[in-house]
Amino acid sequence: MFKQKHYLALGAVTLVTVLLLSLPSRAVSHLKLGIGGLFLPLFGAVNAARQLPERAADAVLPRGELLKEIENLRRENQEFKVRRQQTDAIARENDQLRALVGWQRQQPWKLKLASVVLRDPANWWRTVQIDLGKRDGVTTNLPVLTADGLVGRVSSVGYTRSQVVLIEDPACRVSARVLNPANDLGVISPGGPMENSLVNLSYLFGNANLKPGQQVVTSGEGGIFPAGIPIGLIADSRQAEFGLNTEARVKLSANLGALDQVWVLFP
Amino acid sequence: MNVFNTILILAAAFLAVFAEAAFQLPRHLFGAQVDLLPALMICAALNTNVVTVSLLAVSGGLWFDSLSANSLGVSILPLFAVGFPICLRRDLILRELPFAQLVLGAAASAAVPALCVLLLLSGGQAPLLGWGSLWQWLVMIAGGAAATPVIFVLFDRCQHALGYQPQTETSFRPDREIRRGKK
Repeated sequence: MFKQKHYLALGAVTLVTVLLLSLPSRAVSHLKLGIGGLFLPLFGAVNAARQLPERAADAVLPRGELLKEIENLRRENQEFKVRRQQTDAIARENDQLRALVGWQRQQPWKLKLASVVLRDPANWWRTVQIDLGKRDGVTTNLPVLTADGLVGRVSSVGYTRSQVVLIEDPACRVSARVLNPANDLGVISPGGPMENSLVNLSYLFGNANLKPGQQVVTSGEGGIFPAGIPIGLIADSRQAEFGLNTEARVKLSANLGALDQVWVLFP
Repeated sequence: MNVFNTILILAAAFLAVFAEAAFQLPRHLFGAQVDLLPALMICAALNTNVVTVSLLAVSGGLWFDSLSANSLGVSILPLFAVGFPICLRRDLILRELPFAQLVLGAAASAAVPALCVLLLLSGGQAPLLGWGSLWQWLVMIAGGAAATPVIFVLFDRCQHALGYQPQTETSFRPDREIRRGKK
């Protein structure tokens, strides 16, 4: 039944697997991004194909409608400028107060827009890849968010693209704070394989007074995520570990199932 | 069997991995992404040789793991573990029958993710598992089973359209030629 060719094939495949699995993590990360780079031309082609209908729709859009849209955007832009002035004034006041108390001055967020180019093909991980890499200054553990809320953090970086581990993945734990009178602290952990927009908030005090609809934001502890990034809203809560602590389910603000563009937050 | 079949299988694996990462329709509809590599492995094991099976296991596994958060190389052994025994025993399998292809596709689609997860767990990693994973597993089995006969049909058509066909032997034999007339 076994010929020499079969023995050789079996030996070669086993050897390759053992070698790959025993490589150091840094080499594996580089190798992964290198092999994944083979798919870049295909992703470029797919992105171009996706943009074709949009461009075609843009071409046939009436001029009057475009002018109306520009007018709306101008108005919105002016409103944002006014609001920014107010925010700047508040930030200056905040800096002065922090200086008086002796706290470290808060740095304004620096954001870079990235497109999501692919999702993890395995069902047991929740990661995406974005089109920013080392050449754009991306490093590991940078927070990634959308306008709605936190998405995850950068887990590995290649030259032109990076892998982002989503907040639903077991490898992404976030220290979170509930915006209630007690400012309860907990840790965000994944909900389940089929729960796309729900995550667990665990390790809360047993007497935590949680109500559905209360907002959950990053606490700033842990050193990766700055404080105040919205995560979601409390959906429900229950006592765990015989009442020693409370667990809650949080409905995520960002729609992780339909990520198209995300912001990478630079320090 | 020629190199063309190997190239065809590897190209199909490359496109399959890309499609799994780029297109999310099964995930939106059924909550799970369908893996086409086990179905391709069945096709390779029944139609090609052990070298192609090994190449598909190594390259398909590497491509899959490179786009995933899996440890690099963790998908190679499960794919090979499915393809190798079938390749050895393919003379005993009614590979022309779509039902046999469907059953083999379902079995391979069940075995590959299960072995992958087992390897990940034994390597100390903690993939996202729960009761919902059973549903995802069923979707993967059903998707892989449905895809296997389709892949066989596509593979046959590609072979006929692009590959070299073996030349049929003529019944003419010079040593059996009847010579007529006087010598």
